Amino acid sequence: MTGGRAIILGRIREALRNNPAPRPHTSHSQSEAAADHNGHAQREWLPKVGETLPERIDLFAKISEGLTTEFHRVPTMSAARDLLTKLAAESGWKKIGSHSHHDVDALLEGVELPIVRTEKGYAIDNLESCDAGITGCDVLVAQTGGIMVSVESAGGRALSVLPPHHVVIARTSQMVPDLTAAFEHVKQKYGKQFPSFLSFITGPSRTGDIERILVLGAHGPKRLTVILLDS
Amino acid sequence: MATQSADFQTLSRRYTADKGFRAFIQKGMSGYYKKRDLNKANFQDWQGARDLAAEIKYEAINHLDKYLLEFEAKITARGAKVFWAQNAESARDYILKVAEENNVRSIIKSKTMTSEEIHLNDALEKRGFGVFESDLGEYIVQLRKEPPFHLVFPAMHLTRGQISDLFQKELGSEPTDEPEKLTMIARAVMRRKYCEADMGISGTNFAVAETGMISITENEGNARLTTSLPKIHVALLGIEKVLPKLEDLSLFLPMLATAGAGQTMTCYNTMYAGPRQPGEPDGPEQLHIVLLDNRRTELLADAEQRDSLGCIRCGACLNVCPIFKNVGGYSYGTTYGGPIGSVITPHLRGLKNWKHLSAASSLCGACTEACPVKIDLHHHLLQNRRNGAKSSPNPLEKVSFGGFSLLMGHPALYRLASGLGRIFQPLQGLVNGTILDPLRAWTGSRKFPTLAPQSFQEQWKKDRGGKK
Repeated sequence: MTGGRAIILGRIREALRNNPAPRPHTSHSQSEAAADHNGHAQREWLPKVGETLPERIDLFAKISEGLTTEFHRVPTMSAARDLLTKLAAESGWKKIGSHSHHDVDALLEGVELPIVRTEKGYAIDNLESCDAGITGCDVLVAQTGGIMVSVESAGGRALSVLPPHHVVIARTSQMVPDLTAAFEHVKQKYGKQFPSFLSFITGPSRTGDIERILVLGAHGPKRLTVILLDS
Repeated sequence: MATQSADFQTLSRRYTADKGFRAFIQKGMSGYYKKRDLNKANFQDWQGARDLAAEIKYEAINHLDKYLLEFEAKITARGAKVFWAQNAESARDYILKVAEENNVRSIIKSKTMTSEEIHLNDALEKRGFGVFESDLGEYIVQLRKEPPFHLVFPAMHLTRGQISDLFQKELGSEPTDEPEKLTMIARAVMRRKYCEADMGISGTNFAVAETGMISITENEGNARLTTSLPKIHVALLGIEKVLPKLEDLSLFLPMLATAGAGQTMTCYNTMYAGPRQPGEPDGPEQLHIVLLDNRRTELLADAEQRDSLGCIRCGACLNVCPIFKNVGGYSYGTTYGGPIGSVITPHLRGLKNWKHLSAASSLCGACTEACPVKIDLHHHLLQNRRNGAKSSPNPLEKVSFGGFSLLMGHPALYRLASGLGRIFQPLQGLVNGTILDPLRAWTGSRKFPTLAPQSFQEQWKKDRGGKK
């Protein structure tokens, strides 16, 4: 089946040829900004982020509260393990999902529950019946309270969205100020070999589709826990 | 009169007469206004962000061929297939072909207005595929066999009681008046569908030329599941949605969330660079991008209104529009409702049948002010009125304006006419608004102002403004 590639491109070029559109009315003189902007122009306008790491962590914690992300800062991996053990006991986890990842493996050391590991592939129903998915992440974004995950840092596409509770382990060194920095990180880390999936997770899954009333856990996790470990 | 125009009149009359309904819509919006304003205030400069967003869109739309080719080359190199669809039929046929060749049985969808635009569900169902809308609001309107009421809030016109009744009837669930319980009923149904579906169909909010990615914005997680579990992912993409750089998303994602839903960021903003890559544990084996023109190039050719292709479908213009808030989403009879729909529909579906939409505006400009990418919406409505009058002049209108200019240009005639008006107005009062009333088109729903017993000129002549 052949598409209309040549025709559509022809129509686009025809529409644009000698037919300039008026430039947008802007109060700031940025007419050159977009043509070859370096991707940083937006920092002037977007919500402000503190200069220091403690300020950024505070901002992340504050936004998390509004999002109902459960944010915990812990000094050591063993404190993180204690926290996870407590979560597992309180929530009555019977089976969890996880993946091969330096910090995740360390966090799950000594956990006795059955674990569905995703890195080598998995049966969908087996992952679906897990009580929690435990993943790492690429970065935390102070500006938005977001967690950037990718195939590599979160064990594929589904582990961080299919189980009803998503637990993320991150280190303070992974805190970046804003989305722009998160994208820079991605470009540096992967070069041109991007993973096929990158996602900003900002709070637990939610919907307001019924009378605009907020309900958590629409299709993704009802609970999102971030464990931030001092690097 | 075209049926579309007559339908608009009938439906908008019905909806505006329903005070309870209007109050319900207003109430739904009130929470949004509060959250939107809080989030806007959080920006260092929302107006500056709008300016930059408009500039980036200007760059992208005015070099559309370049960026589309860059996007295509990059995402194709990652194993995706890009199909250029000239119109709705060609897009539908391609998707049907992919489904049939891969022996697909069950299809799960995440919210996509583009699929509404090309009437995809009907075509798939007719061919025997089971199609399930996974977004809660979309699922509700799908069960009701209705189109979405609003670009972003598809079921905002329904009460929890109506939704509970619907779920009882269609799903056999227990009655409840708790939105949480209703949501969990839909969640349980959809969980099975994700696991069983062989094809996931999504829309696309942004395409990134630089890195060959598509970006999908959502809150529920349904789009992520739709694009993770089935073995085939089909993404519909209007040709206008391409952005030059990856970092552009760091502006557009928070702006879309703020303008669209009053959020800092929506819950999930996901970028896909192709189908599952070697060594990755999950994700679809195939990714098909259906790049849709469907007369967007007509809009592109109209330099005056080209900026309306910058629309990111946030729905902000609908939410502030005094017309939308009163006539609701269904009166328009279009895929895209509200001010942006009234601007683009005449281009996408023909001026002749859709020019009446540009009259559904008070030209107050609230839409233009709300638009995060600064589309000059209310001026475009005015331009569509001009284009409509030019392409099919209304003889009655022509005569009226001819008469008006004759009167205004000749003082003697003007005096005569206002004198006659004073004589005949009491007579008109006897038949006001009835079928015998020659001014019924106006007086049927409005009051005709009473002419003063004396004109200003007559008064002036009599007492020179009180000096005499």
